[in-house]
Amino acid sequence: MNLKSAEARKFRQFDLKKKFRISESIIQASLFFAGILSIFITIAIVYELGKEAMLFFNDPDVTLGKFLGTTKWQPGIGQYGIWALVSATLVTSFIAMVISLPLGLASAIYLSEYASSKARSILKPVLEILAGIPTVVYGYFALLFVTPILKSIFGDQIQVYNMLSAGLVMGIMILPLISSMSEDALSAVPRSLREAAYAMGATKVETSLQVVLPAALSGIGAALIVGISRAVGETMIVAVAAGSGPNFTFDPFKAAETMTGHIARISGGDLSYNSIDYTSLFAIAMMLFLLTLVLNLISQQIVNRFRERYE
Amino acid sequence: MSINSHYPQAEDFRHALNARYRAASIWQALFLSALLIAIISLLALIYNVLDGAFGFVAFDYKNDPAAYTSTPMSELTQKELAAILKDNLSSGAYNKLEKEQPLEKRSQAELYTLFLERLVELDTKNTWSMTESLLHENEIRAEVARKYPTAKLEFRSWLTPQFLVTPMSSKAEFAGVRTAILGSLWLVGIAILFALPIGTGAAIYLQEYAPKNFLTSIIQTNINNLSGVPSIVYGMLGLAVFVRVMEPLTSGSVFGVTDANGRTVLSAGLTMGILVLPLIIINAQEAIKAVPDSLRQAAYGVGATRWQTVWHHVLPNALPGILTGTILSISRALGETAPLIVVGASTFISMDPDSPFSKFTALPIQIYQWTTRAQSEFHAIAAGAIVVLLILLLTLNATAILLRNRFQRRW
Amino acid sequence: MENKYAIEANALSIYYGSFMAVNNVDMLIEAQKITAIIGPSGCGKSTLLRAFNRMNDFVPGCHVTGELLMQGKNLYSKDIDPVEVRRKIGMVFQKPNPFPKSIYENIAWGARINGFKGNMDELVEQSLLGAALWDEVKDKLQDSAYALSGGQQQRLCIARTIAIQPEIILMDEPASALDPISTLRIEELMQELKKNYTIIIVTHNMQQAARVSDYTAMMMLDKEGSRSGTVIEFSETKRIFTNPKDKRTEDYVTGRFG
Repeated sequence: MNLKSAEARKFRQFDLKKKFRISESIIQASLFFAGILSIFITIAIVYELGKEAMLFFNDPDVTLGKFLGTTKWQPGIGQYGIWALVSATLVTSFIAMVISLPLGLASAIYLSEYASSKARSILKPVLEILAGIPTVVYGYFALLFVTPILKSIFGDQIQVYNMLSAGLVMGIMILPLISSMSEDALSAVPRSLREAAYAMGATKVETSLQVVLPAALSGIGAALIVGISRAVGETMIVAVAAGSGPNFTFDPFKAAETMTGHIARISGGDLSYNSIDYTSLFAIAMMLFLLTLVLNLISQQIVNRFRERYE
Repeated sequence: MSINSHYPQAEDFRHALNARYRAASIWQALFLSALLIAIISLLALIYNVLDGAFGFVAFDYKNDPAAYTSTPMSELTQKELAAILKDNLSSGAYNKLEKEQPLEKRSQAELYTLFLERLVELDTKNTWSMTESLLHENEIRAEVARKYPTAKLEFRSWLTPQFLVTPMSSKAEFAGVRTAILGSLWLVGIAILFALPIGTGAAIYLQEYAPKNFLTSIIQTNINNLSGVPSIVYGMLGLAVFVRVMEPLTSGSVFGVTDANGRTVLSAGLTMGILVLPLIIINAQEAIKAVPDSLRQAAYGVGATRWQTVWHHVLPNALPGILTGTILSISRALGETAPLIVVGASTFISMDPDSPFSKFTALPIQIYQWTTRAQSEFHAIAAGAIVVLLILLLTLNATAILLRNRFQRRW
Repeated sequence: MENKYAIEANALSIYYGSFMAVNNVDMLIEAQKITAIIGPSGCGKSTLLRAFNRMNDFVPGCHVTGELLMQGKNLYSKDIDPVEVRRKIGMVFQKPNPFPKSIYENIAWGARINGFKGNMDELVEQSLLGAALWDEVKDKLQDSAYALSGGQQQRLCIARTIAIQPEIILMDEPASALDPISTLRIEELMQELKKNYTIIIVTHNMQQAARVSDYTAMMMLDKEGSRSGTVIEFSETKRIFTNPKDKRTEDYVTGRFG
């Protein structure tokens, strides 16, 4: 190359000595900080929730026996039976899963095994829109659409605020999540396995249900677990439609308050720091956090192991 | 030829096959019906909301309009209305309105609303949904005539341009979502300002810098877990950290703001920022992962440093993906309600938020408030607010999809 | 002569974690000559080539033992800057990988980030001339590099490399993704380039090695059952192809291998 200028000739010279690039180091340090910040967030959650929850459990009036052994929750007057809230969480989550698991799984099978690409391009967005609707809107839907329908079916047996309506709508809300996770699991099953079944004269349904589905079972299990974790943590639907006021009951026609619904209602009002009402909310939140953490960890483990098997 | 083998014969196969095909079509119908249920639910939800946002309303005037003017109400001009208000409002109330915005500069619609609200004092007796209104018009007219003899019946859209620009009011007929929309914009703005740089930085660190070691895998697992933490738990974190511990900062008292506590739009925005952070990181990681390695090698091959490679080549090519993820995070933040309740959104506020230290409300909070009121006219404006929120979200998501398709690059 | 050798490897071994990919290589690469590295696939040719400009640094767990000397300095010693090494030892990859930018920017970028202060237009023109691409693209310098054909893209990548004025150019099967005509043009270009640069090329294609190179290194897995590759024979190309010392080389170049 014939570069004439002096600068150009100078450019050719080189020095392999290590250079200290200060901006490069600063940038790397800040990126590292951004990366590690998420750890601090987790630590902050555990610390702050744990600290207040400890204050709650250290209250001489609160005993583990009362907390786990009784069924009335009203910290203001010395009732600390967490089951009053847990029961409603269990009922609504159970109803939600009864709805969302079969429906989500069936739609996943249809989308991954049957649907033409054209049908998919219409059906997938429907599920995506469902997944993108804010939960408070689902709450409106539960209270002002589903509940009146239930009322017209069951009459006075069912209360205006009831766990059934909240649970059903929560099921619809979680359906897209189950569907998309299950679909990922189904499409990860290798083609060769399907072809093996077809080559033995299996019909499409037999292949889907007896070969593909069992092979994808762990991925579907992961979807189920994430679904449960979503249901347990869901707040707005139950806050709007399931009722306010702790109530130990497993009757879905009755009004009852879930753990999340309770936090939303109490914290929305006037709340003084350090009161037993305040610290008790953190105890509930801590339970929620630990529960969903464990569920998410399990499902991630399942997904990772599942992925390793087929990749 | 005698056949005495025990194998099933062609006939048996055909018989079995027909049964199997029948079972197959039943199953297929079942699979499809799951999707149909999803579609029907979506349609029902949309119907439910639209149904609530329009319909008959029966109302009465506490004070007779004829006492203020001889012109029929529907023909009042902007000038006439201003004059009526000036003559009939107490001077204190009038001066207050003048101070907010001079009456002659206000629109006819705005003045008309003031006229109804302050002078004739419109009083809603009952409301009906769109379906009821259309199907049972005669019954409704009869009922109104019987129960509220003096009331007027009108078909009304609760979603009007006026609804978008009017602040909160304690009467549903005059309430709007202006304060809530502004609050939501502040919130989302603060959340993205916080989460986008940090989230993108974290994604760059994890994809381009982080060594494969224990710490990195902990960070990655932790981010995945954070994305599954219930939003109300973030609300509790925000309450403990931003509202309480950092109160001097988030209330603005260190900057000389005096009348606020920690329940400000800043606290809520930061809480929301932490909530969407994992989402932004995971999306940005995917976008960065999609940039082919050959491009990085090309840059390193001509003597680029790591950051030069990232800044000049990886980021520009990952940008559409990162933006798509950001828009999805914005829609998540727009719709989240629970953490805002916990952090302390105001239940009633008609002042526009004008600084990070303002008290605030937000669209989903208003929806929640109005949905849980007993009176049906509040359900109607809740439906109106939901339509606004859903249109906002739909626009955002459509933008994200367009962006994704437009910039999709085939390597 | 002081500068007879552009780079030399002394007992160079390359590991991925605990797995040894390349075992104990000694090579003296003569300046302004073309050195080819040939051998069956999976024997570590590319790994060895990438060790020369420390591209393997980006592979997690990859490390080397032994020495790689350039002008008397070990390129793997602690006080050496890998970025600077890559600037002085450029690389052309198997598949053309231009940046998704204009033709002009493709060349200017590397020089700019390395602190080139001279006349950029002149540098771009000279680099394109050097890569025998100028006549084809001089009227569309602002067009996207992706609009070029595969062969043109590869020459653009060569132009991009010479724009940062390296001493050595590494080529990793530069013509394997190209048609025969484009391959021929690249080979002709290499003969031009060796007047100014030292070239090390990895190739699958023995004819290509025989046609273009002055020296040839024959690599093979070092023994039966092992997965580490090593250089079993290194000498003038003519000799490798006509009178190899090692029986395995002879088998390979005459096609009796495997």
